[in-house]
Amino acid sequence: MQLRNRHLIGWLEASPLALVLAAFLIAPILMIVIVSFWGATEFSIYPAFQLDNYEFLFSSPVTYRVFGATLKYAFITWALTFAIGFTVAYFLAFHVRSLTMQIALFLVCTIPFWTSNIIRMISWIPFLGRNGIANQTLISWGVIDEPLEWLLYSDFAVILAFVHLYTLFMVVPIFNTMMRIDKSLLEAARDNGANGFQTLVHVILPLTKPGIMIGTIFVVTLVMGDFITVRFMSGSQRANVGRLISNDIGLLQYPSAAATAVVLLCTVMIVIAILLRFVNIRKEL
Amino acid sequence: MEKRPRSFYVLAVFFGFFVLFLYGPILTIGILSFQGPKGGLTFPMNGVSTHWFRDLFQEQAVGDIWGAFRRSFGLGLMVMITTVVVSVMAGLAFRKRFYGSGLLFYAAITSLVIPSILISLGVGLIFSQLGLKVHWATSGFGAQLTWTLPFGLLIMFAVFNRFDKSYEEAARDQGATAWQTLRHVVLPIIAPSLIGVALFGFTLSYDEFARTLLTAGSYNTLPLEIFGMTTNVTTPVIYALGTLTTAFSFVIIAAFLLSVWIMGRRRARLGSDAGKGV
Repeated sequence: MQLRNRHLIGWLEASPLALVLAAFLIAPILMIVIVSFWGATEFSIYPAFQLDNYEFLFSSPVTYRVFGATLKYAFITWALTFAIGFTVAYFLAFHVRSLTMQIALFLVCTIPFWTSNIIRMISWIPFLGRNGIANQTLISWGVIDEPLEWLLYSDFAVILAFVHLYTLFMVVPIFNTMMRIDKSLLEAARDNGANGFQTLVHVILPLTKPGIMIGTIFVVTLVMGDFITVRFMSGSQRANVGRLISNDIGLLQYPSAAATAVVLLCTVMIVIAILLRFVNIRKEL
Repeated sequence: MEKRPRSFYVLAVFFGFFVLFLYGPILTIGILSFQGPKGGLTFPMNGVSTHWFRDLFQEQAVGDIWGAFRRSFGLGLMVMITTVVVSVMAGLAFRKRFYGSGLLFYAAITSLVIPSILISLGVGLIFSQLGLKVHWATSGFGAQLTWTLPFGLLIMFAVFNRFDKSYEEAARDQGATAWQTLRHVVLPIIAPSLIGVALFGFTLSYDEFARTLLTAGSYNTLPLEIFGMTTNVTTPVIYALGTLTTAFSFVIIAAFLLSVWIMGRRRARLGSDAGKGV
């Protein structure tokens, strides 16, 4: 009786969450899967069971190019956010000595997360534009004669914005794991003659792996699912899978958008399944 | 105190650059929003004025900024309250390790990592096939919850992993019912974390873009309105709007953090009755 009670009350308490997820996560995914087999005319969509959308998707060279570009963005952004995020978290966790200071600096790193992504993207325009701060500075220093054209509306701008938006998704979990490393392990390493670098590579890095994995999952999925950063920062000149989907939506080609979305979802899930083999999220919180 | 190693100074400089990288751009548009009436989108400043802020408060040629702000604010409050209540209930549920809790947990994680455009597209399709109109307070509200609830749930996990069960046991031993234990023991202890959940709920909703895009219907929320402006507004008025709404975000964040801090202080002062006699 006691046992059944526990399960029943558990489900009652979890039911609001379960209902929201069923209605706004599971049902939409199912709907997308269903619609991906439907057909479309220029103005409307009609129920059917046809593989045309997938056939078209997999036979088009554009698909492969765009998926390639998406993975490229994800990988480069991952490498940069990891390098920066790890360094920042390492500094906060092991070089800042008072807890108050640690919390204060940590908050400084996280506050932008609670502000608007759109505005944070817009705010790069005065920096990167043709007559922007970067070009003006470089010209006044005599480094270049002509303004650089590739600063804004380019792959460079896209990745810069990704790093700017998402590095804190690395900093937070890595800092969280680092703070829980037993300091006596570091002393033991030092007592045994390890220098700072050896301690970092052989003690801190392996112990921080769960945090790195969680950060990686965040950054990779955010970048792979993005469509607005690429559109905005490349001035619509570059494409990723998200833009492919949103373009189809704009043309009311929902079945085709749904098919692309299904493939994207599968890709993301495979990447996460691989990453989850390295970490148990629930234990790490 | 031990002398700081040289690596400290190198890393401190690195950290400084990182903070500059984080805040530099937003400071720049903060400055540029005070452009003179004839100023452009980049430096040099063409005089200093509050022209573009005044412009915001006047009748706009495009869009409805203040309407969008009101909707975003209202939606943020709705999402905030729902997120806190649902996350706490789910957090309590997950402590009981009920059948299927693992499945629900993975659903929540999926909700976090799924590309936002899928939620937008899927919810939009369901509403259109059911013949319902998408509206920010129905479809938009639900779509945003798929983004804020996982964060709330993860925070609750972090809270309950650190929760000392002996407080509850003590309450139970003294005859408190399950509800009394929750109301007078558990909730007061986790209250500061709930402010954290509320902060996530409000700010993530207030700034949410991708999941609201196809689910907000004909009345835009503020981020959608701002994005619309980027394509057809070429004056610093967009910087003024960016500055204003970022300042608003900062005020909200500060208010939340301050209340956590005050609560902590109050607790430190009043929390213990040791040595006072009863």
